[in-house]
Amino acid sequence: MAVQAAPEQSATSTDTPGVALGPATGLSCRECGERLPLGPVFACEACFGPLEIAYDFPSGDPAALRERIEAGPDNIWRYAPLLPVPADVATKPNINPGFTKLVKADRLAGELGVTGSLHIKDDSGNPTHSFKDRVVAIAVEAARAFGFTTLSCSSTGNLAGAVGAAAARAGLRSCVFIPHDLEQGKVVMAAVYGGELVGIEGNYDDVNRFCSELIGDPIGEGWGFVNVNLRPYYAEGSKTLAYEICEQLGWELPDQLVVPIASGSQLTKIDKGLKELIALGLVEDKPYKIFGAQAEGCSPVSRAFKDGHDVVRPVRPSTIAKSLAIGNPADGPYVLDIARRTGGAVEDVNDGQIVDAIKLLARTEGVFAETAGGVTVGVTKKLIEEGKLDPSLTTVVLNTGDGLKTLDAVAPTTGPSAVIRPNLDSFREAGLAS
Amino acid sequence: MSVNVRIPTILRTYTGGQAEVSAEGATLSEVLADLEKNHTGIGARVLDDSGKLRRFVNVYVNDDDVRFEQGLETPTPDGAGVSIIPAVAGGC
Repeated sequence: MAVQAAPEQSATSTDTPGVALGPATGLSCRECGERLPLGPVFACEACFGPLEIAYDFPSGDPAALRERIEAGPDNIWRYAPLLPVPADVATKPNINPGFTKLVKADRLAGELGVTGSLHIKDDSGNPTHSFKDRVVAIAVEAARAFGFTTLSCSSTGNLAGAVGAAAARAGLRSCVFIPHDLEQGKVVMAAVYGGELVGIEGNYDDVNRFCSELIGDPIGEGWGFVNVNLRPYYAEGSKTLAYEICEQLGWELPDQLVVPIASGSQLTKIDKGLKELIALGLVEDKPYKIFGAQAEGCSPVSRAFKDGHDVVRPVRPSTIAKSLAIGNPADGPYVLDIARRTGGAVEDVNDGQIVDAIKLLARTEGVFAETAGGVTVGVTKKLIEEGKLDPSLTTVVLNTGDGLKTLDAVAPTTGPSAVIRPNLDSFREAGLAS
Repeated sequence: MSVNVRIPTILRTYTGGQAEVSAEGATLSEVLADLEKNHTGIGARVLDDSGKLRRFVNVYVNDDDVRFEQGLETPTPDGAGVSIIPAVAGGC
């Protein structure tokens, strides 16, 4: 069947000469609507509001577009007609993340009393074992388009690894910044790709502040900070989670999604992705609810939701879920809007509940999640107990990273059942011969 | 009280391209008023119509986010560094 969608034509319709990023036509301020040409900027000059990509999406037969997507590569580039990337993106050196497993979690459903269908979107299957590969892959294309030679970021750990790997593959220099006290697994994984890794004496918000200042300094000339000056492009990568979930459900919207919140960007982009699929006719429109999940030790959005506020008061984080430890979440107000608009909620769980949830998911589904996955599974359990999440519907819970990255969280309470001599008597004596 | 104010790139059109300017004031509120006096228009970019800090602006006095201190009434000791930074984020 001929495909009427024509992203290549859209690329020529951009209002930014010389920058061909597929259907992206410019940047627009989410707060005041100010329009800017495509470029490495992230804040509105008029009101400091966050900038988003404006698109000229392919129009035409949804069935043809679905067919084209299904015939694409088994990674996020199958959705290239809906992303700010060149039409030939699949031919360029990149880490090609995505199309991770949607695990039908029947045994977990049984434990949680879910009578509908429960699924885990397991993004530990990405090249550097977290969802960050999705966003970084898009940022790499923007960095190339704007002529940057160094790829950088402020990171709670996962992003640093994803940037290091993507820069290595793309042949770019990398220099990434992390809080100095991260888990060893994340530090090693960020350093192994050969770029510069700098520990900052402070928490993530301090690292972020440093990077924001660096970008305004001549030292930062030629640097593409994936989550600062390339943020409008980078953030769009999270839309692919929504696309994949719907495609893997047979081009249907889930009824309920449980999504972790750090800055809140991922949750807002998943909502954006779902709305795009509806607008393009790729899925049938129906109500869906989005639930946000935080760790109690860093729960400014959950607190604001419960207090009925529409602004988020920053907190100083203290939780084992370090990938979610952002005390001043930039997209927090938008998360509140989405949770309320869709009829969802924002909830939090404490560190003990996070560890219990990691073990529950591992024990029932063979999926070893990092602490952020413990947060979403733990919050799902809590929401069901509170009667806020309907157990009779289709629910998708996100696991955004691999448990091997946060071994410290479970190591104190997880280990061998016994250490025995190499003979059967010892095995029996240990009570393991049942 | 004289303080040094770091200006983000998107506000440097008001400071003639300068990344750092000096300003007077015993509190952040007074410092911002002095900035506005010498760099007309910059105040409205940092404060909203009701005179509060805009939602997507972070301001630090030395290393402290003023939202954890006394907001616009945060003291600005002589020689302090004030940083105005657009809110951005990483994480999920």
